[in-house]
Amino acid sequence: MVSGLINANPTVYEKKERRIRDHPSDPTDEYAVEPIDDLEIFDHIRDIKDPEHPYSLEELKVLTEESVELDDKRGHVRVTFTPTVEHCSMATVIGLCLRVKLMRSLPSRYKVDIRVAPGTHATEAAVNKQLNDKERVAAALENPNLVDMVDECLAPSYA
Amino acid sequence: MNSIDEMVELRHLQTLEGHTDRVWGLAWNPTNTNLLASCSGDKTVRIWEQSSSASFHCKAVLEETHTRTIRSCAWSPSGKMLATASFDATTAIWEDIGGDFECISTLEGHENEVKSVSWNASGSLIATCGRDKSVWIWEVEPGNEFECVSVLQGHTQDVKMVQWHPSMDVLFSCGYDNSIKIWAEDGDDDWHCVQTLNEASSGHTSTVWALSFNASGDKMVTCSDDLTIKIWGTDNLHGQSNEGFAPWKHLCTMSGYHDRTIFSVHWSRDGVIATGAADDAIRLFVENDDGQVDGPMYKLLSKKEKAHEMDLNSIQWSPSEKPLLASASDDGTIRIWECASTS
Repeated sequence: MVSGLINANPTVYEKKERRIRDHPSDPTDEYAVEPIDDLEIFDHIRDIKDPEHPYSLEELKVLTEESVELDDKRGHVRVTFTPTVEHCSMATVIGLCLRVKLMRSLPSRYKVDIRVAPGTHATEAAVNKQLNDKERVAAALENPNLVDMVDECLAPSYA
Repeated sequence: MNSIDEMVELRHLQTLEGHTDRVWGLAWNPTNTNLLASCSGDKTVRIWEQSSSASFHCKAVLEETHTRTIRSCAWSPSGKMLATASFDATTAIWEDIGGDFECISTLEGHENEVKSVSWNASGSLIATCGRDKSVWIWEVEPGNEFECVSVLQGHTQDVKMVQWHPSMDVLFSCGYDNSIKIWAEDGDDDWHCVQTLNEASSGHTSTVWALSFNASGDKMVTCSDDLTIKIWGTDNLHGQSNEGFAPWKHLCTMSGYHDRTIFSVHWSRDGVIATGAADDAIRLFVENDDGQVDGPMYKLLSKKEKAHEMDLNSIQWSPSEKPLLASASDDGTIRIWECASTS
């Protein structure tokens, strides 16, 4: 996208230090159920690249540690992200990136809901509805151009 | 005493494995009730057959025709043809030729994803719908010809499902615009929307994913992303088509039972409503005979938690005498259940 960036001059913030995770579970027991916490889920998505800038979603404060809410017992994850500008047309692409990354990273028993933070997007309800319609997500993921775009954004998150 | 008004439970009989992606749709063959078709994100249809030993095996895999997800499938009333709707913008018609399934025609016209397909009661009409917000009606002509007779515009967002009325040539569609639309012919080969059931008519407040009719066709159940199922009724069934349309009205709403999107609902011939939802559970509802002062009430008869490992996308009662239920899931499997009394 050479012309007309949605947000030409985003504010870039510092990344938080990654914490070192201790593993309390017995390393010899490979069947032990390891509980997942919200910071671990944040680690999966913090390095996703913004669709139009060379910065991570964390650096643009699209995501913070508080973005992830987890109910591990029920297997529910909710990610709330904040678009950099409130008419951001990239919001659905960011949401799709979050969904794909979590789909690939989390065990399949988790139910994931993704939404924009209340009051941060001009068409909040429409964006949220689209991001949580799994049939539309499935169709989008059969679109090679969109998949290329998502994969490019996800690449740094696998590093 | 209503015989189904006792304690019932769903007993798991078999898990059908073979699809390599989520299973979206299911269809029992209406004439050979030993056959079940399933369609999937793996771009294939599988035909499962129940053998004499009561267990199901995969009889055929229909592949190399659709190039994207197959979202739904429907048998013709004769049980000889299967229609499959795909995200590849086409609907394929398959014919059972001595046990082999051949693709005999492809219906093209939708701009993009086709999401649902339905045959009318006589097998002379097919309806399709999709992301392009339109509903298409196709006439079945001799020699495996299928001609589009109408393209219906009216929905403002993508259309998730089309379903013909079980006895009348009246078409029902529902979708992402939270509405249910009813379409009828005016006697002049022109199809029109004769009624819209939306929030103003006590309808749903989010995507309507599916609908199903009771055996007599005077009631309809719909399920939605708004976490409710709703029952609708019409007074004069035979006033449906030419001699004036009898409108449908909201009878009751069941809320508080589901906590994630309800993707599928199906009404059995014995009056049991089954739902399949994104919380991996199957629920059965039945009309409550006690104290119907304010119209019909329904109660939860049974709930099967963790019926699948992941979301349920489709739930279908067998048309046979046997109380069999099939469910399809994001976990890639189909499960067969028997509805059994626990008393």
